[in-house]
Amino acid sequence: MTLLPGGVCKAGSTIVNKTGGWRTFKPVYDYDKCVKCKLCELLCPDMSVLPRDDGYFEFNYDFCKGCGICANECPKDAISMTLEEK
Amino acid sequence: MTVIRDLDKDKMVVAEGSYTVASAVKACKPNVISAYPITPQTHIVEDLSQFMADGEIPNCEYINVESEFSALSALVGSSAAGARCYSATTSQGLELMHEVLFNVSGMRLPVVMTIVNRAVSAPINIWNDHQDSISQRDTGWIQLYAEDTQEISDMTAQAFKIAEDKDILLPAMTCMDGFILSHVHEPVELLESDLVDEYLPSYEPEYVLDPKNPMSFGAFADPESYTEFRYLQQQSMDNAVKKIEDAATEFYDIFGRYYGGLIDEYETEDAEIIIMAMGSVIGTIKDAIDKLRDKGEKVGLLKIRSFRPFPVEAIRKAVKDAKVVVPIDKNISLGLNEGALCTETKACLYNTSINMPVVGFMIGHGGRDIRISTIESIVEQAKKVADSGIEVESQYADLKEEML
Repeated sequence: MTLLPGGVCKAGSTIVNKTGGWRTFKPVYDYDKCVKCKLCELLCPDMSVLPRDDGYFEFNYDFCKGCGICANECPKDAISMTLEEK
Repeated sequence: MTVIRDLDKDKMVVAEGSYTVASAVKACKPNVISAYPITPQTHIVEDLSQFMADGEIPNCEYINVESEFSALSALVGSSAAGARCYSATTSQGLELMHEVLFNVSGMRLPVVMTIVNRAVSAPINIWNDHQDSISQRDTGWIQLYAEDTQEISDMTAQAFKIAEDKDILLPAMTCMDGFILSHVHEPVELLESDLVDEYLPSYEPEYVLDPKNPMSFGAFADPESYTEFRYLQQQSMDNAVKKIEDAATEFYDIFGRYYGGLIDEYETEDAEIIIMAMGSVIGTIKDAIDKLRDKGEKVGLLKIRSFRPFPVEAIRKAVKDAKVVVPIDKNISLGLNEGALCTETKACLYNTSINMPVVGFMIGHGGRDIRISTIESIVEQAKKVADSGIEVESQYADLKEEML
Protein backbone atom coordinates (compact mmCIF):
# COMPACT_ATOMS: atom_id res chain seq x y z
CA MET A 1 0.00 0.00 0.00
CA THR A 2 1.40 3.40 -1.00
CA LEU A 3 0.06 6.33 0.99
CA LEU A 4 -1.19 9.48 -0.69
CA PRO A 5 -0.06 12.59 1.20
CA GLY A 6 -2.78 14.09 3.34
CA GLY A 7 -4.60 10.81 3.82
CA VAL A 8 -6.44 11.28 0.53
CA CYS A 9 -8.39 8.26 -0.61
CA LYS A 10 -11.28 7.29 -2.82
CA ALA A 11 -14.72 7.39 -1.23
CA GLY A 12 -16.03 4.12 0.20
CA SER A 13 -12.61 2.91 1.30
CA THR A 14 -13.91 2.02 4.77
CA ILE A 15 -15.64 -0.97 3.17
CA VAL A 16 -12.44 -2.94 3.88
CA ASN A 17 -12.37 -1.82 7.52
CA LYS A 18 -15.11 -3.94 9.11
CA THR A 19 -16.31 -2.27 12.29
CA GLY A 20 -19.00 -4.73 13.38
CA GLY A 21 -16.62 -6.06 16.02
CA TRP A 22 -17.10 -2.86 18.04
CA ARG A 23 -20.67 -3.98 18.84
CA THR A 24 -21.80 -4.97 22.33
CA PHE A 25 -25.54 -5.28 21.62
CA LYS A 26 -26.88 -6.70 18.40
CA PRO A 27 -30.19 -5.65 16.79
CA VAL A 28 -32.53 -8.50 15.88
CA TYR A 29 -35.79 -8.21 13.90
CA ASP A 30 -39.09 -9.71 14.94
CA TYR A 31 -40.64 -9.93 11.45
CA ASP A 32 -44.07 -10.71 12.93
CA LYS A 33 -44.20 -7.18 14.33
CA CYS A 34 -42.47 -5.31 11.46
CA VAL A 35 -44.78 -3.18 9.26
CA LYS A 36 -42.03 -2.28 6.70
CA CYS A 37 -42.19 1.41 7.64
CA LYS A 38 -38.50 1.86 6.70
CA LEU A 39 -37.61 4.11 9.65
CA CYS A 40 -34.75 1.80 10.67
CA GLU A 41 -33.22 2.03 7.22
CA LEU A 42 -33.58 5.82 7.11
CA LEU A 43 -32.16 6.40 10.57
CA CYS A 44 -29.24 3.97 10.59
CA PRO A 45 -26.10 6.16 10.71
CA ASP A 46 -23.93 3.45 9.19
CA MET A 47 -26.07 2.28 6.28
CA SER A 48 -26.19 -1.14 7.96
CA VAL A 49 -29.91 -1.74 7.36
CA LEU A 50 -30.36 -3.36 3.98
CA PRO A 51 -33.71 -3.70 2.16
CA ARG A 52 -34.79 -7.18 1.06
CA ASP A 53 -36.83 -8.12 -2.00
CA ASP A 54 -39.84 -8.97 0.16
CA GLY A 55 -40.02 -5.42 1.58
CA TYR A 56 -38.57 -6.33 4.96
CA PHE A 57 -35.05 -5.39 6.06
CA GLU A 58 -31.98 -7.13 7.39
CA PHE A 59 -28.85 -5.97 9.22
CA ASN A 60 -25.36 -5.89 7.80
CA TYR A 61 -23.50 -7.11 10.88
CA ASP A 62 -20.11 -6.39 9.28
CA PHE A 63 -20.67 -2.69 9.94
CA CYS A 64 -23.52 -2.39 12.51
CA LYS A 65 -21.91 -1.01 15.67
CA GLY A 66 -24.97 -1.74 17.80
CA CYS A 67 -25.87 1.89 18.49
CA GLY A 68 -29.52 0.92 18.97
CA ILE A 69 -31.09 3.88 17.19
CA CYS A 70 -33.18 1.53 15.03
CA ALA A 71 -34.56 -0.32 18.08
CA ASN A 72 -35.23 2.91 19.92
CA GLU A 73 -37.10 4.48 17.01
CA CYS A 74 -39.05 1.44 15.78
CA PRO A 75 -42.76 2.33 16.27
CA LYS A 76 -43.73 -1.34 16.58
CA ASP A 77 -40.90 -2.45 18.91
CA ALA A 78 -39.95 -4.96 16.25
CA ILE A 79 -36.20 -4.70 16.95
CA SER A 80 -34.65 -6.03 20.12
CA MET A 81 -31.05 -5.38 21.24
CA THR A 82 -29.48 -8.59 22.46
CA LEU A 83 -26.11 -9.03 24.10
CA GLU A 84 -23.38 -10.21 21.71
CA GLU A 85 -22.18 -13.66 22.70
CA LYS A 86 -19.50 -15.86 21.23
CA MET B 1 22.32 40.37 2.06
CA THR B 2 19.27 42.35 1.03
CA VAL B 3 19.46 43.46 -2.59
CA ILE B 4 17.11 45.92 -4.25
CA ARG B 5 17.77 46.18 -7.99
CA ASP B 6 16.68 49.40 -9.77
CA LEU B 7 14.60 51.04 -7.09
CA ASP B 8 11.81 52.69 -9.06
CA LYS B 9 10.64 55.65 -7.03
CA ASP B 10 7.77 56.33 -9.44
CA LYS B 11 6.28 52.97 -8.55
CA MET B 12 6.53 53.57 -4.82
CA VAL B 13 3.63 54.62 -2.64
CA VAL B 14 3.40 55.36 1.06
CA ALA B 15 1.14 52.64 2.45
CA GLU B 16 0.33 51.09 5.78
CA GLY B 17 1.90 47.67 6.35
CA SER B 18 -1.52 46.03 6.52
CA TYR B 19 -2.57 47.60 3.22
CA THR B 20 0.69 46.42 1.66
CA VAL B 21 -0.10 42.86 2.72
CA ALA B 22 -3.73 43.08 1.58
CA SER B 23 -2.55 44.35 -1.82
CA ALA B 24 -0.10 41.49 -2.06
CA VAL B 25 -2.86 39.00 -1.29
CA LYS B 26 -5.04 40.61 -3.96
CA ALA B 27 -2.22 40.30 -6.50
CA CYS B 28 -1.93 36.59 -5.66
CA LYS B 29 -5.58 36.13 -6.73
CA PRO B 30 -6.98 34.00 -3.91
CA ASN B 31 -10.23 32.10 -4.46
CA VAL B 32 -11.35 32.02 -0.84
CA ILE B 33 -10.54 34.39 2.01
CA SER B 34 -11.89 33.58 5.44
CA ALA B 35 -10.88 35.54 8.50
CA TYR B 36 -12.09 36.90 11.80
CA PRO B 37 -10.91 40.37 12.84
CA ILE B 38 -8.55 40.72 15.79
CA THR B 39 -6.12 43.47 16.74
CA PRO B 40 -3.55 44.10 15.24
CA GLN B 41 -4.53 42.00 12.20
CA THR B 42 -7.81 43.87 11.60
CA HIS B 43 -6.64 46.31 8.92
CA ILE B 44 -5.51 43.51 6.62
CA VAL B 45 -8.92 41.85 6.53
CA GLU B 46 -10.71 45.20 6.39
CA ASP B 47 -8.67 46.18 3.36
CA LEU B 48 -9.35 42.81 1.72
CA SER B 49 -13.02 43.19 2.49
CA GLN B 50 -12.95 46.60 0.79
CA PHE B 51 -11.21 45.13 -2.26
CA MET B 52 -13.97 42.51 -2.42
CA ALA B 53 -16.71 45.13 -2.13
CA ASP B 54 -15.08 47.11 -4.91
CA GLY B 55 -14.91 44.02 -7.12
CA GLU B 56 -11.13 44.11 -7.27
CA ILE B 57 -10.62 40.42 -6.48
CA PRO B 58 -12.38 38.39 -9.18
CA ASN B 59 -13.38 34.77 -8.70
CA CYS B 60 -13.05 35.00 -4.94
CA GLU B 61 -15.35 34.26 -2.02
CA TYR B 62 -14.92 36.17 1.25
CA ILE B 63 -16.44 34.11 4.06
CA ASN B 64 -17.54 35.93 7.19
CA VAL B 65 -17.23 33.62 10.17
CA GLU B 66 -17.89 33.75 13.89
CA SER B 67 -14.44 32.78 15.17
CA GLU B 68 -10.89 32.00 14.14
CA PHE B 69 -11.62 28.31 14.57
CA SER B 70 -14.33 28.66 11.93
CA ALA B 71 -12.17 30.86 9.73
CA LEU B 72 -9.53 28.20 9.31
CA SER B 73 -12.05 25.34 9.24
CA ALA B 74 -13.79 27.01 6.30
CA LEU B 75 -10.45 27.05 4.50
CA VAL B 76 -9.94 23.33 5.10
CA GLY B 77 -12.93 22.59 2.90
CA SER B 78 -12.17 25.36 0.42
CA SER B 79 -8.56 24.36 -0.06
CA ALA B 80 -9.49 20.69 -0.42
CA ALA B 81 -11.90 21.77 -3.15
CA GLY B 82 -8.93 23.25 -5.02
CA ALA B 83 -9.17 26.92 -4.05
CA ARG B 84 -6.20 29.15 -3.32
CA CYS B 85 -6.92 30.13 0.28
CA TYR B 86 -5.84 32.97 2.53
CA SER B 87 -6.43 34.03 6.11
CA ALA B 88 -4.80 36.29 8.67
CA THR B 89 -4.82 36.27 12.44
CA THR B 90 -2.80 36.85 15.58
CA SER B 91 -2.35 35.99 19.23
CA GLN B 92 -5.49 34.50 20.85
CA GLY B 93 -7.02 34.00 17.41
CA LEU B 94 -4.08 31.87 16.34
CA GLU B 95 -4.21 29.92 19.59
CA LEU B 96 -7.92 29.24 18.99
CA MET B 97 -6.96 27.80 15.60
CA HIS B 98 -4.51 25.36 17.16
CA GLU B 99 -6.49 22.20 16.45
CA VAL B 100 -7.29 23.22 12.88
CA LEU B 101 -3.65 24.10 12.17
CA PHE B 102 -2.80 20.41 12.49
CA ASN B 103 -5.71 19.46 10.25
CA VAL B 104 -4.62 21.85 7.50
CA SER B 105 -1.03 20.62 7.51
CA GLY B 106 -2.02 16.97 7.95
CA MET B 107 -4.33 17.16 4.95
CA ARG B 108 -1.50 18.87 3.07
CA LEU B 109 -3.54 21.95 2.18
CA PRO B 110 -1.35 24.88 1.06
CA VAL B 111 -3.21 27.64 2.89
CA VAL B 112 -1.25 30.87 3.39
CA MET B 113 -1.93 32.89 6.52
CA THR B 114 -0.40 36.14 7.72
CA ILE B 115 0.35 36.16 11.42
CA VAL B 116 0.51 39.69 12.79
CA ASN B 117 2.60 38.76 15.78
CA ARG B 118 1.23 39.78 19.16
CA ALA B 119 1.72 38.71 22.77
CA VAL B 120 -0.70 36.19 24.29
CA SER B 121 -2.95 36.59 27.33
CA ALA B 122 -2.93 36.60 30.31
CA PRO B 123 -2.22 39.37 31.21
CA ILE B 124 -3.97 40.75 28.15
CA ASN B 125 -1.62 42.65 25.89
CA ILE B 126 -2.16 43.65 22.28
CA TRP B 127 1.44 44.60 21.48
CA ASN B 128 4.11 42.71 19.63
CA ASP B 129 6.15 39.69 20.50
CA HIS B 130 6.51 36.25 18.89
CA GLN B 131 4.91 34.04 21.51
CA ASP B 132 1.80 33.37 19.40
CA SER B 133 3.42 31.87 16.30
CA ILE B 134 6.34 30.28 18.16
CA SER B 135 3.76 28.39 20.23
CA GLN B 136 2.52 26.86 16.96
CA ARG B 137 5.89 25.71 15.67
CA ASP B 138 5.14 21.97 15.77
CA THR B 139 1.87 22.18 13.85
CA GLY B 140 3.51 21.39 10.50
CA TRP B 141 3.22 24.89 9.04
CA ILE B 142 6.09 26.61 7.30
CA GLN B 143 6.92 29.77 9.27
CA LEU B 144 8.59 32.77 7.64
CA TYR B 145 9.40 36.03 9.45
CA ALA B 146 9.67 39.41 7.74
CA GLU B 147 11.80 42.39 8.65
CA ASP B 148 9.83 45.21 7.04
CA THR B 149 6.61 45.86 5.16
CA GLN B 150 8.10 45.43 1.70
CA GLU B 151 9.42 42.04 2.72
CA ILE B 152 6.13 40.81 4.20
CA SER B 153 4.37 41.89 1.01
CA ASP B 154 6.82 40.02 -1.18
CA MET B 155 6.90 37.08 1.21
CA THR B 156 3.16 36.57 0.64
CA ALA B 157 3.72 35.67 -3.01
CA GLN B 158 6.75 33.57 -2.09
CA ALA B 159 4.70 31.70 0.52
CA PHE B 160 2.01 30.71 -2.01
CA LYS B 161 4.72 29.54 -4.40
CA ILE B 162 6.44 27.45 -1.74
CA ALA B 163 3.27 26.05 -0.16
CA GLU B 164 1.60 25.05 -3.43
CA ASP B 165 4.67 23.34 -4.91
CA LYS B 166 3.78 19.71 -5.54
CA ASP B 167 6.86 18.55 -3.63
CA ILE B 168 5.86 20.61 -0.60
CA LEU B 169 2.06 20.95 -0.16
CA LEU B 170 2.30 22.42 3.31
CA PRO B 171 0.54 25.47 4.69
CA ALA B 172 2.62 28.56 5.40
CA MET B 173 2.51 31.35 7.97
CA THR B 174 4.08 34.64 7.01
CA CYS B 175 4.82 36.51 10.22
CA MET B 176 4.99 40.27 10.63
CA ASP B 177 5.38 42.19 13.87
CA GLY B 178 2.11 43.63 15.15
CA PHE B 179 1.86 47.44 15.03
CA ILE B 180 5.58 47.83 14.33
CA LEU B 181 4.95 46.57 10.80
CA SER B 182 1.18 46.22 10.52
CA HIS B 183 0.42 49.85 11.38
CA VAL B 184 3.52 51.63 10.09
CA HIS B 185 3.32 53.71 6.92
CA GLU B 186 6.36 53.24 4.71
CA PRO B 187 7.26 53.80 1.07
CA VAL B 188 6.77 50.48 -0.71
CA GLU B 189 6.21 48.99 -4.12
CA LEU B 190 2.86 47.21 -4.00
CA LEU B 191 2.98 43.79 -5.66
CA GLU B 192 2.11 44.13 -9.32
CA SER B 193 -0.52 41.73 -10.50
CA ASP B 194 1.04 41.01 -13.90
CA LEU B 195 4.44 40.25 -12.40
CA VAL B 196 2.81 37.99 -9.80
CA ASP B 197 1.09 36.13 -12.66
CA GLU B 198 4.52 35.55 -14.14
CA TYR B 199 5.98 34.47 -10.77
CA LEU B 200 3.19 32.42 -9.28
CA PRO B 201 1.63 29.61 -11.33
CA SER B 202 -2.03 28.81 -10.72
CA TYR B 203 -2.75 26.23 -8.04
CA GLU B 204 -3.32 22.86 -9.69
CA PRO B 205 -3.89 20.25 -6.98
CA GLU B 206 -3.73 16.61 -7.94
CA TYR B 207 -6.71 15.68 -5.74
CA VAL B 208 -9.76 17.84 -5.10
CA LEU B 209 -13.06 17.49 -3.31
CA ASP B 210 -15.59 17.10 -6.09
CA PRO B 211 -19.03 15.48 -5.83
CA LYS B 212 -18.55 13.98 -9.30
CA ASN B 213 -15.46 12.13 -8.14
CA PRO B 214 -15.82 11.58 -4.39
CA MET B 215 -12.64 11.51 -2.29
CA SER B 216 -11.89 11.54 1.43
CA PHE B 217 -9.27 13.92 2.84
CA GLY B 218 -7.46 13.29 6.11
CA ALA B 219 -8.97 9.85 6.33
CA PHE B 220 -8.53 7.54 9.31
CA ALA B 221 -4.95 6.34 9.88
CA ASP B 222 -4.44 3.65 12.49
CA PRO B 223 -1.08 2.67 14.05
CA GLU B 224 -0.43 0.75 10.85
CA SER B 225 0.11 3.96 8.81
CA TYR B 226 0.07 7.10 11.03
CA THR B 227 3.87 7.21 11.39
CA GLU B 228 4.30 7.23 7.62
CA PHE B 229 1.98 10.24 7.22
CA ARG B 230 4.11 12.16 9.74
CA TYR B 231 7.26 11.04 7.92
CA LEU B 232 5.88 12.39 4.64
CA GLN B 233 5.17 15.77 6.26
CA GLN B 234 8.74 16.00 7.53
CA GLN B 235 10.01 14.99 4.09
CA SER B 236 8.11 17.94 2.62
CA MET B 237 9.63 20.26 5.23
CA ASP B 238 13.05 18.98 4.08
CA ASN B 239 12.08 19.74 0.47
CA ALA B 240 10.98 23.22 1.54
CA VAL B 241 14.53 24.07 2.64
CA LYS B 242 15.63 24.33 -0.98
CA LYS B 243 12.32 25.64 -2.26
CA ILE B 244 12.41 28.64 0.10
CA GLU B 245 15.81 29.61 -1.32
CA ASP B 246 14.58 29.08 -4.89
CA ALA B 247 11.41 31.10 -4.29
CA ALA B 248 13.54 34.01 -3.06
CA THR B 249 15.93 33.97 -6.02
CA GLU B 250 13.13 33.53 -8.56
CA PHE B 251 11.40 36.47 -6.91
CA TYR B 252 14.56 38.51 -7.35
CA ASP B 253 14.75 37.60 -11.05
CA ILE B 254 11.28 38.99 -11.70
CA PHE B 255 10.82 41.74 -9.12
CA GLY B 256 14.42 42.71 -8.37
CA ARG B 257 14.10 42.44 -4.61
CA TYR B 258 15.90 39.93 -2.39
CA TYR B 259 15.98 39.59 1.40
CA GLY B 260 17.80 36.29 1.79
CA GLY B 261 16.31 32.82 1.49
CA LEU B 262 16.25 30.76 4.66
CA ILE B 263 18.54 33.27 6.34
CA ASP B 264 20.19 36.58 5.55
CA GLU B 265 23.58 37.78 6.75
CA TYR B 266 24.75 41.26 7.67
CA GLU B 267 28.43 41.96 8.41
CA THR B 268 29.01 38.32 9.38
CA GLU B 269 32.10 37.65 7.29
CA ASP B 270 34.72 38.51 9.92
CA ALA B 271 32.32 38.76 12.87
CA GLU B 272 33.40 37.45 16.24
CA ILE B 273 29.99 38.05 17.75
CA ILE B 274 26.98 37.01 15.69
CA ILE B 275 23.53 38.11 16.81
CA MET B 276 20.58 36.06 15.57
CA ALA B 277 17.05 37.42 15.38
CA MET B 278 13.73 37.38 13.50
CA GLY B 279 11.29 40.10 12.49
CA SER B 280 11.37 43.87 12.71
CA VAL B 281 14.06 44.01 15.40
CA ILE B 282 16.50 43.20 12.58
CA GLY B 283 16.44 46.86 11.53
CA THR B 284 17.34 48.06 15.02
CA ILE B 285 20.12 45.50 15.26
CA LYS B 286 21.56 46.58 11.90
CA ASP B 287 21.70 50.17 13.15
CA ALA B 288 23.40 49.01 16.35
CA ILE B 289 25.90 47.00 14.31
CA ASP B 290 26.70 50.01 12.13
CA LYS B 291 27.50 52.01 15.28
CA LEU B 292 29.56 49.21 16.76
CA ARG B 293 31.44 48.60 13.50
CA ASP B 294 32.38 52.30 13.46
CA LYS B 295 34.03 51.67 16.81
CA GLY B 296 35.84 48.64 15.39
CA GLU B 297 33.73 45.97 17.06
CA LYS B 298 33.48 42.80 14.97
CA VAL B 299 29.75 42.20 15.26
CA GLY B 300 27.45 40.65 12.67
CA LEU B 301 23.82 39.66 12.30
CA LEU B 302 22.17 36.45 11.18
CA LYS B 303 18.59 37.09 10.23
CA ILE B 304 16.36 34.04 10.39
CA ARG B 305 13.66 34.24 7.71
CA SER B 306 12.55 30.64 7.94
CA PHE B 307 11.91 29.31 11.42
CA ARG B 308 10.13 26.22 10.08
CA PRO B 309 11.81 24.49 8.37
CA PHE B 310 14.68 25.42 10.69
CA PRO B 311 17.72 26.26 8.53
CA VAL B 312 20.17 24.01 10.34
CA GLU B 313 22.86 23.79 7.65
CA ALA B 314 22.70 27.48 6.76
CA ILE B 315 23.12 28.49 10.41
CA ARG B 316 26.06 26.15 10.94
CA LYS B 317 27.79 27.56 7.87
CA ALA B 318 27.12 31.17 8.83
CA VAL B 319 28.32 31.00 12.44
CA LYS B 320 31.16 28.48 12.24
CA ASP B 321 33.96 31.04 12.50
CA ALA B 322 32.42 33.25 15.17
CA LYS B 323 33.45 33.32 18.82
CA VAL B 324 30.00 33.79 20.35
CA VAL B 325 26.51 33.37 19.00
CA VAL B 326 23.73 35.47 20.52
CA PRO B 327 20.14 34.49 19.67
CA ILE B 328 17.59 37.16 20.53
CA ASP B 329 14.07 35.99 21.27
CA LYS B 330 10.73 37.73 21.53
CA ASN B 331 9.34 34.61 23.19
CA ILE B 332 10.03 32.36 26.14
CA SER B 333 9.55 28.67 26.75
CA LEU B 334 8.36 28.88 30.34
CA GLY B 335 10.08 26.22 32.39
CA LEU B 336 13.28 26.37 30.35
CA ASN B 337 13.92 30.12 30.66
CA GLU B 338 14.92 30.36 26.99
CA GLY B 339 13.47 31.59 23.76
CA ALA B 340 12.95 29.11 20.94
CA LEU B 341 15.69 30.50 18.70
CA CYS B 342 18.22 30.06 21.52
CA THR B 343 17.18 26.47 22.22
CA GLU B 344 17.16 25.47 18.58
CA THR B 345 20.42 27.16 17.73
CA LYS B 346 22.13 25.29 20.53
CA ALA B 347 20.52 22.08 19.29
CA CYS B 348 21.71 22.60 15.72
CA LEU B 349 25.32 23.24 16.80
CA TYR B 350 25.43 20.27 19.16
CA ASN B 351 26.91 17.00 17.83
CA THR B 352 28.99 18.97 15.32
CA SER B 353 32.62 20.05 15.30
CA ILE B 354 31.46 23.63 15.90
CA ASN B 355 32.00 24.39 19.55
CA MET B 356 31.25 27.88 20.69
CA PRO B 357 29.26 29.57 23.42
CA VAL B 358 25.61 30.34 22.64
CA VAL B 359 24.04 32.88 24.97
CA GLY B 360 20.40 33.84 24.56
CA PHE B 361 18.66 37.09 25.40
CA MET B 362 14.91 37.47 25.65
CA ILE B 363 13.74 40.93 24.83
CA GLY B 364 10.81 43.05 23.75
CA HIS B 365 8.05 40.88 25.21
CA GLY B 366 4.55 42.34 25.19
CA GLY B 367 5.73 45.13 22.92
CA ARG B 368 8.46 46.58 25.13
CA ASP B 369 10.55 48.93 23.05
CA ILE B 370 13.93 47.58 21.94
CA ARG B 371 16.56 50.29 21.88
CA ILE B 372 19.93 50.40 20.17
CA SER B 373 21.46 50.87 23.63
CA THR B 374 19.95 47.55 24.76
CA ILE B 375 21.50 45.79 21.76
CA GLU B 376 24.82 47.46 22.58
CA SER B 377 24.68 46.21 26.16
CA ILE B 378 23.90 42.69 24.87
CA VAL B 379 27.03 42.90 22.70
CA GLU B 380 29.04 44.06 25.74
CA GLN B 381 27.91 40.97 27.63
CA ALA B 382 28.67 38.76 24.64
CA LYS B 383 32.22 40.13 24.56
CA LYS B 384 32.68 39.06 28.17
CA VAL B 385 31.46 35.59 27.23
CA ALA B 386 34.05 35.47 24.43
CA ASP B 387 36.79 36.39 26.89
CA SER B 388 35.85 34.45 29.99
CA GLY B 389 33.11 31.95 29.16
CA ILE B 390 29.42 31.70 29.94
CA GLU B 391 28.08 33.00 33.21
CA VAL B 392 24.37 33.06 32.37
CA GLU B 393 23.18 31.02 29.40
CA SER B 394 19.87 32.78 28.85
CA GLN B 395 18.29 35.84 30.42
CA TYR B 396 15.99 38.79 29.87
CA ALA B 397 17.85 41.75 28.42
CA ASP B 398 15.29 44.32 29.49
CA LEU B 399 13.94 43.12 32.85
CA LYS B 400 12.88 45.86 35.27
CA GLU B 401 14.09 44.41 38.53
CA GLU B 402 12.74 47.35 40.49
CA MET B 403 9.19 46.16 39.73
CA LEU B 404 9.68 42.71 41.23
